[in-house]
Amino acid sequence: MDDLLSEFLTETNESLAVLDLELVKLEQNPNDPGLIGNIFRIVHTIKGTCGFLGLPRLEAVAHASENVLGKFRDGEQEVTAQAVSLILASLDQIKSLLAQLEAKEAEPAGDDSALIARLNALAGGASAAPPPAPAPEAAAKAPPVLAKPIIEPEPAPATRPAARAAAASEPKAPKAKEAKEAGEPRGEAAETKESAVAAQSIRVNVDLLENLMTMVSELVLTRNQLMQILRGQKDSEFGAPLQRLSHVTTELQEGVMKTRMQPIGNAWAKLPRIVRDLSHELRKKIELQMHGADTELDRQVLEMIKDPLTHMVRNSADHGIEMPAERVAAGKPELGTITLNAYHEGGHIIIEIADDGKGLDIDKIKQKAIATGLAGEGDLAAMSEQQIQQFIFKAGFSTAAKVTSVSGRGVGMDVVRTNIEKIGGTVEMKSQRGKGSTFVIKIPLTLAIVSALIVECAGERFAIPQISVVELVRAAANSENNVEWLNNAPVLRLRDRLLPLVSLRELLHLGTNAEKPSETFIVVTQVGTYTFGIIVDRVFDTEEIVVKPVAPILRDIAMFSGNTILGDGSVIMILDPNGIAAATGEITVSESAKLAADAAAKAGLRSDLTSLLLFRAGSASPKAVPLALIARLEEIDLGQVEYSHDKPVVQYRGKLMPLVTIEPNYQMGKEGRQPILVFADKDHTMGLVVDEIVDIVEEQLKIEVAVDRPGLIGSAIIAGKATDLIDAGFYLTQAYNDWFGTHSDGEFSGEKGKRVLLVDDSPFFRNLLTPLLSVAGYEVTTVESADRALNLCEQGQDFDVIISDIEMPGLDGFQFASTVKNASRWQNTPMVALSSHATPKDLDRGRAAGFSDYVAKFDRDALLHTLSEALNVERGAA
Amino acid sequence: MSKDIGFDARGKTVIAGGTREFVSITVAGQLFGIPVLQVQDVLGPQRITRIPLAPAEVAGSLNLRGRIVTAIDLRTRLRLPPLPEGQNGMSVVVDHGGELYSVMVDAVGEVLSLGDDTAERNPATLDPIWRDVSGGIHRLDKTLLIVLDVARVLDFSARAEAA
Repeated sequence: MDDLLSEFLTETNESLAVLDLELVKLEQNPNDPGLIGNIFRIVHTIKGTCGFLGLPRLEAVAHASENVLGKFRDGEQEVTAQAVSLILASLDQIKSLLAQLEAKEAEPAGDDSALIARLNALAGGASAAPPPAPAPEAAAKAPPVLAKPIIEPEPAPATRPAARAAAASEPKAPKAKEAKEAGEPRGEAAETKESAVAAQSIRVNVDLLENLMTMVSELVLTRNQLMQILRGQKDSEFGAPLQRLSHVTTELQEGVMKTRMQPIGNAWAKLPRIVRDLSHELRKKIELQMHGADTELDRQVLEMIKDPLTHMVRNSADHGIEMPAERVAAGKPELGTITLNAYHEGGHIIIEIADDGKGLDIDKIKQKAIATGLAGEGDLAAMSEQQIQQFIFKAGFSTAAKVTSVSGRGVGMDVVRTNIEKIGGTVEMKSQRGKGSTFVIKIPLTLAIVSALIVECAGERFAIPQISVVELVRAAANSENNVEWLNNAPVLRLRDRLLPLVSLRELLHLGTNAEKPSETFIVVTQVGTYTFGIIVDRVFDTEEIVVKPVAPILRDIAMFSGNTILGDGSVIMILDPNGIAAATGEITVSESAKLAADAAAKAGLRSDLTSLLLFRAGSASPKAVPLALIARLEEIDLGQVEYSHDKPVVQYRGKLMPLVTIEPNYQMGKEGRQPILVFADKDHTMGLVVDEIVDIVEEQLKIEVAVDRPGLIGSAIIAGKATDLIDAGFYLTQAYNDWFGTHSDGEFSGEKGKRVLLVDDSPFFRNLLTPLLSVAGYEVTTVESADRALNLCEQGQDFDVIISDIEMPGLDGFQFASTVKNASRWQNTPMVALSSHATPKDLDRGRAAGFSDYVAKFDRDALLHTLSEALNVERGAA
Repeated sequence: MSKDIGFDARGKTVIAGGTREFVSITVAGQLFGIPVLQVQDVLGPQRITRIPLAPAEVAGSLNLRGRIVTAIDLRTRLRLPPLPEGQNGMSVVVDHGGELYSVMVDAVGEVLSLGDDTAERNPATLDPIWRDVSGGIHRLDKTLLIVLDVARVLDFSARAEAA
């Protein structure tokens, strides 16, 4: 195939993938000029390239679509679902033409006039104006916007000279060069690439990368061997150059590794379009949420999961999400949600596909299982729901009542599972009737080089992937860490928790211990949610190792994930923490399901949870402060504490930081180290001296006892203990007023005297925020409900800005805002919402109700920033 | 290839005048032959890393110029007692399905070129475990040579059935 043509095909296909996404976005935000501009530009590029390559059919279709898009862009035509569908249809036509073009290397014969006529009708529908007339060559305006994907709408032809300019400034851009070689006019060729960021990247054959990877692996091994030899020699003249070689090798290794990594978003790019089409076809309302699209994984793995993922999302849309009417009847929002979530966990990538649909129908699965002879009625009666659900992974199993074009053809989950298992992954499913289903795919990162901890047991050395290792504990009979026995099960007390232990010696049958060693080491390992300790005799250092698969005859030993050659040339086995956990832990299907359910329950509550830092200071009772208020945790050397005006200060990051103690008469030691909590506010920092930092917990905050003592907000039960919640604001004021003087002449003088109304039903937040805002120079009035606030309004009080909570008894924040904004005296007062929920949906709702901004609770900086912004806007408007 | 030899030897369907070359090895006084084309290397005593939980026949793994080779103890495989203390064996590295295996034997001898005319099928009375790995017998002047079928040697599951 002609190089130029194949280049065109690749590039156009990529552009089309982008277009699919952008168009779906456009449908949701029909008024985004940047989006329209971008789409228009891509289609225009396709059209231009087709013309240049002499592909009249493609050009005609692209041209007609471009006309419609031009109308959108100029605001002459509204963006409707119908119009977007038509554009998408024309893109599909372009795709099919491209496919044929690829197969035959020539444009197929045929007629697209019907489609073109529809497009033209749409373009002409709103106004009789001719298709966007070529704008005057207003080149001067264009250049700066070229490189940016989102641009202001502008006349398309104007981009042409700009592209030419870009090509001229980058004469080495590969494609421009190619085009030149092909003897084509350069400006035209440059235009074909204006959509791509291609000037910055080149295409490389994957095999080449794989080869590079293998060679780098060998290089790492050789480097390790050299370093090992060097260690045995003193004052070798090879020392310095070897060190350099080592660094370069490491960087090379990282670089090559990166070339193989791709964000998982690449595999997701097609999904929004698929879901959109499906929701139209099936007449369902479906929203696709994607989180963690930038999670990177090896491209081989990525390729392998693309299809399973697509399949599962289709499944969720088709089987999972109910018809809008059914959803409403079931008390659920009309709009069904499919959530994709990807993240790294312990050397694995976890991908979750969740829907809030009807869940799996156990009865249907039972019927089907009996009908297909997979199980008898008796067998089913003895099975747990979880086991019955697993049937969907069997070949030829589909519970869709009828075969649609989408799914229900009986090929499906079994293929998905096979594909995932092929790359060493697992897929788990949990489903709750009426609540939805969640699939969790877990795939190994399968990177060729990993960092591993080398340990020894019974004279044999083993490698444990560093990524699973949480910490190392030395256990000796006379130390505080001592292995204890419950019957025959060894356990370790680790920071008030009991850690189950696994003896590597027994696990691997390395022979019984002749004499009890005086000390052992425990490698605390985490697999998923399960943490356990591996008992080993000795721990060496960590080493970069090249994972090599074990010989086929050893593959069924689950304890090993591979083997490797160490720097000294010896072969060692790599332990597989997953295998060890599975062999020794009591994690069964039901257990993990329970864990997952707990996690889900936790997730559901998360909005009410607050991360708290627990510490001890002064008295013995534990104290807590919201983690979000703390900038850093530090440890200071008490010898460095200086006194200025009798106040303790310490030099911190080139500045003086005042130290504040919880108890006014608390005496700090003279030497040793002391932990401090650093609170930062603009340029000022304050260190709160504590005795010990205990833990970080997530708890639902409920003040049980209010305390009438400065510096304390009250007491709450945290981590099962009565804990004093300290009022960070109080200590801030202490440091600030005593040390920096009052704020009237400080940072916030611009805001001085501004009156703030704070509406929040929680005394905790009122107590927390009042000092904060006062410190920032605001005059704060607090009320505990919207009704009280409205009373103030009637009484004729005025405020410069209102901060309101969302969840409140009585009138909630949204209602409060609407009331204020509709015909109250305060309708011009800016309002800021304060909430623990800050999803984009809430944001939109808040905006609609009249809030000018939305701030997450505890985000101090954001709140102050938002307040000053809201006030500035008001000032600007006035 | 080893299978072919086995068939030929058993079936006596001899390729006219064909000769085959074998690396001769000795285990507990018995002469064996491994087809020379399968042999990659002959090694002296090596540092071998034990592999816990592996089948008894797997002595461990070793590093052969950057490649990891699995060592198979032929004595264990053939249900023979281990080599007496202080006696060092040797190893023959063979390629099987792209993987390297090091077959540990007592001693490695010269390469023998054997004609098909000396080939015999396995006697029916041969121990099942031995018969399992034997690709036939060659009659030499003073002794008998068992053709070692490497694929069978590495297939431990078959041994379980045979035993």
